[in-house]
Amino acid sequence: MIQMNCQGLTLGYDSALVRDLSFTVSIGDYLCILGENGAGKSTLMKTILGLLTPLEGSVTLSGGVGANEIGYLPQQTQAQRDFPATVWEVALSGCQGRCGLRPFYTRAEKELARQSLRRMDMERFSRRCYRELSGGQQQRVLLARALCAARKMLLLDEPVAGLDPAASRELYQVIARLNQKDGMTILMISHDVEAALHYASHILYLGEQVFFGTRDAFVRSTPGRGILKPRGGSDHGIAD
Amino acid sequence: MELLIEKLVQYWAYPFVRYALVVGVLVALCASLLGVTLVLKRFSFIGDGLSHVAFGAMSVASVLNLINDMPLVMGITVLCAILLLGAGQNSKIKGDAAMAMLSVGALAIGYLMMNVFSTSTNLTGDVCTTLFGSTSILTLTQTEVWMCAALSVVVVLLYLFFYHKIFAVTFDESFASATGTRGRVYNLILAVVTAVVIVMAMNLVGSLLISALVIFPAMSAMRLFKSFRAVTICAAVLSVFCAAAGIITSILAGTPVGSTIVAVQIALFVLCSLAGWIGRR
Repeated sequence: MIQMNCQGLTLGYDSALVRDLSFTVSIGDYLCILGENGAGKSTLMKTILGLLTPLEGSVTLSGGVGANEIGYLPQQTQAQRDFPATVWEVALSGCQGRCGLRPFYTRAEKELARQSLRRMDMERFSRRCYRELSGGQQQRVLLARALCAARKMLLLDEPVAGLDPAASRELYQVIARLNQKDGMTILMISHDVEAALHYASHILYLGEQVFFGTRDAFVRSTPGRGILKPRGGSDHGIAD
Repeated sequence: MELLIEKLVQYWAYPFVRYALVVGVLVALCASLLGVTLVLKRFSFIGDGLSHVAFGAMSVASVLNLINDMPLVMGITVLCAILLLGAGQNSKIKGDAAMAMLSVGALAIGYLMMNVFSTSTNLTGDVCTTLFGSTSILTLTQTEVWMCAALSVVVVLLYLFFYHKIFAVTFDESFASATGTRGRVYNLILAVVTAVVIVMAMNLVGSLLISALVIFPAMSAMRLFKSFRAVTICAAVLSVFCAAAGIITSILAGTPVGSTIVAVQIALFVLCSLAGWIGRR
């Protein structure tokens, strides 16, 4: 079932960065969005989240995903790294979108936050201070927060940026588990081509030549071969 | 010691002392609540910038010979706050540069206006008073005290009502906006409330020292606590304590009110840093 349908998107601020982009995302897909810096990846992401309106075209959400129901994992800002907040406070703030004008969280929302932390194996850190955690742990907390907001779909913006290889691999596995076991649809912006080819089911490549299709088709396509050639091939170097 | 208490009791009989204490404590409370958010959002300097704007507006009001300068000063400051905090993210001039320009610009224009057009015989005194706060906290009328109290109650209630939203928007504005919290609206509310508190605080510490009321309690609290709620509560308590201690000391010792409060805050910040450092070892 289709969850997101992007038709004829032209994206950009004053001038267009991306023209006439169309693609669809179905339930359970794992879509990696690749492309060079400035190719329009973050602009596309902001458009999907509804923070920007496209210059042309439309993003239609369906299949149990409404506006504001995409769980979002942003890149960390400098300000967050020394923010005095407990893991619990951060995770719970993921429920804020459900509150409307209500000033307090309901019991159900607190339970949801607890569950999300448990799914990320971070429940025992609830009372710890966010800034004292390792980079990988912080990302898990932010993922738990995203799970509070998400029903069916997660959008991850370079989730492993700044993590060491071990922590990156672990985070990729957590994400893969969410995709495979919980049927969560994953959209991921990434620079990590090897991991993208290893985990993703679909690839959206933004650049001079735009590509959208399955991973296997990408490997055979012109932009795919262009990226893969210098590295000499496939997805070696990543262990499950 | 007995002499001091006797002196305090004697002063307490005067209404102006009680007014000063009430207003000082309330303003400090509001400023510290806002301060936690402003410091964490990396907007520490906004208190400084806006107070200079308020100084500029005040000198324009005095040149125009307005009897009640409050509406004009409040209006201009709120407008600048909205420009800086509300629209700051997307504007062509980046936040900190815009703030610095506005702040210095308003200070210069304000002083220039007072110099060129002033009718006062004691110009330096006037300027000094607006910059460093003054005896005006000791000449408050009952209406001013009530107005200040009402505004403070509104600020505190707003803060309590929006507490969780303030946390969400402060911690991660893009996530909050993406999941349906209207980040821009809360930024706007924050801007307006900040401006109101700063204009209120002008009487207390003067426009050069306002940032201290905003920044110090939050920074001190952050040395000690690790959760947002604890930091907020601690900042409020510290701020109220500093204001009360500062005002009482200044009355007893005859020192300037504003700088005494700030001195107490600095001392407390040093203590909190030490305590935090020892706690971490």
